[in-house]
Amino acid sequence: MRIDARTIEEAAKELYIRALKILPDDVKRGFDALAARESSATAKDVLGTMITNIAVAERSDSLLCQDTGIPIYNVTIGRGVDFRAEDGTALKEAIRRGCERATREHPLRSSIVHPLTRRNEQTSCGIGVPVVHLDVAQDVDGLRIEMIPKGSGSENNSWLRMALPAEGVDAIKAFVVDCVLDAGGRTCPPTIVGVGVGGTADLCVHLAKRAATRALGTHCADAHGAKLEDELTQAVNMLGIGPQGLGGDATAFAVHVELAATHITMNPVAVNMQCHSARRASATITAGGVSYGF
Amino acid sequence: MKQHELAPPISEAQARALRVGDTVVLQGTLFGIRDATQIALFDRGRTTRFDLSGHALLHTAPNVRKVPASPEHPTGYAPVCVGTTTSARMERFTRPLMAQCGARLIVGKGGMGSASLAAFRELGGAYLAVIGGTAALETAWIDAIEDVDLDDLHPESLWRFRVHDFGPLRVAMDSHGGSIYAAVDAQARSRRDQALAALGVKAR
Repeated sequence: MRIDARTIEEAAKELYIRALKILPDDVKRGFDALAARESSATAKDVLGTMITNIAVAERSDSLLCQDTGIPIYNVTIGRGVDFRAEDGTALKEAIRRGCERATREHPLRSSIVHPLTRRNEQTSCGIGVPVVHLDVAQDVDGLRIEMIPKGSGSENNSWLRMALPAEGVDAIKAFVVDCVLDAGGRTCPPTIVGVGVGGTADLCVHLAKRAATRALGTHCADAHGAKLEDELTQAVNMLGIGPQGLGGDATAFAVHVELAATHITMNPVAVNMQCHSARRASATITAGGVSYGF
Repeated sequence: MKQHELAPPISEAQARALRVGDTVVLQGTLFGIRDATQIALFDRGRTTRFDLSGHALLHTAPNVRKVPASPEHPTGYAPVCVGTTTSARMERFTRPLMAQCGARLIVGKGGMGSASLAAFRELGGAYLAVIGGTAALETAWIDAIEDVDLDDLHPESLWRFRVHDFGPLRVAMDSHGGSIYAAVDAQARSRRDQALAALGVKAR
């Protein structure tokens, strides 16, 4: 299968709109699980409002949240894709056109400005935005595009600490707890707390973003990382920050960890959070057509 | 815990009657402001033709659709999605909004800090919490975009909405020094050692 720019453009447009309207099933299940074990009456009420909002948005074809986010497209080139040198540029341009069209045609609020002039071109695009990541995978059939409209309330709660090897795993654990404390209600809890451990500084932050935007119920592929996820999920939910920072048990759906090897002198840890409107959508493009999911 | 129904503009006495834990439903006029709006007003010396005195200001930048101007859509904008953004970024503007523009109520999400709490106490105001990220519900409380000023900052313009049954909103910060956020933060920090102990980390 060759890459068809028009199909990509259409999918990029459709994905942005779908992601803003339909919350993934795993996040809906996450809400049900939190509501079932919440002990605070206020928090139960807040969670109930959030759950109602999800149903109303879906029923009335409305946006879940006003924040259209920073558009991120994660593209995976899988089996059966005849990907040639010139296709990379064509694909990125097609995604940008789709993103612009979603903004104009739906219409959506353009949340993107030049970082120095703060000028908003009203296109949801700018230098380096939409963010497009290209990757390859053998276990994916066709071309997969995952779209994440990353909300700023949660994105503004991002941290990196280049801890020392002598500080050990304790530094990683304490850092995550302190980030959750500092975020309080500003990050629209309950959140998915994404933790990157290891790598270089930039890779560590990227891992944290991948962790924050991973489906609920999935686990770190590394056994040590998966154990750390469970421990941290329990610990941050002892703090009582609760939904919207108004108090309660449901501070985080989960803490997700992603790992990379690091240097003998380094012990980096990054935190990136995803708000309760943990939006994402995906399209799989094969010779048979386009299918949408999460 | 009282339930209040307010149709701004409101008086200082009405603002001071609000207590943390009460709920408020707003009727009538609600203004929308955002980072760029307040930077323009308080850092760049721009002015607005709107009288904000006694009013409630929502931290928002809505999704809108351009439509032909009509009695239903006098500005030529129809609301697509009107939600609430994180208030904490705009902390330093609460006092000038109240002192210079006469605002009484801030409607936002995630809470504000000690400078806002002091302004509410000294000048007579309160912070009303929306449940952030529930804009599909919130949009249904908006009847119309009645007017818009500073629209070169779009979508961070100064919006005047007409609302009905906007809420219930929680009084989360009041003019008597009460703040749910400060209380939750203090309690959460008091549990830090316990959380670290559960992780096998010796608190530092």
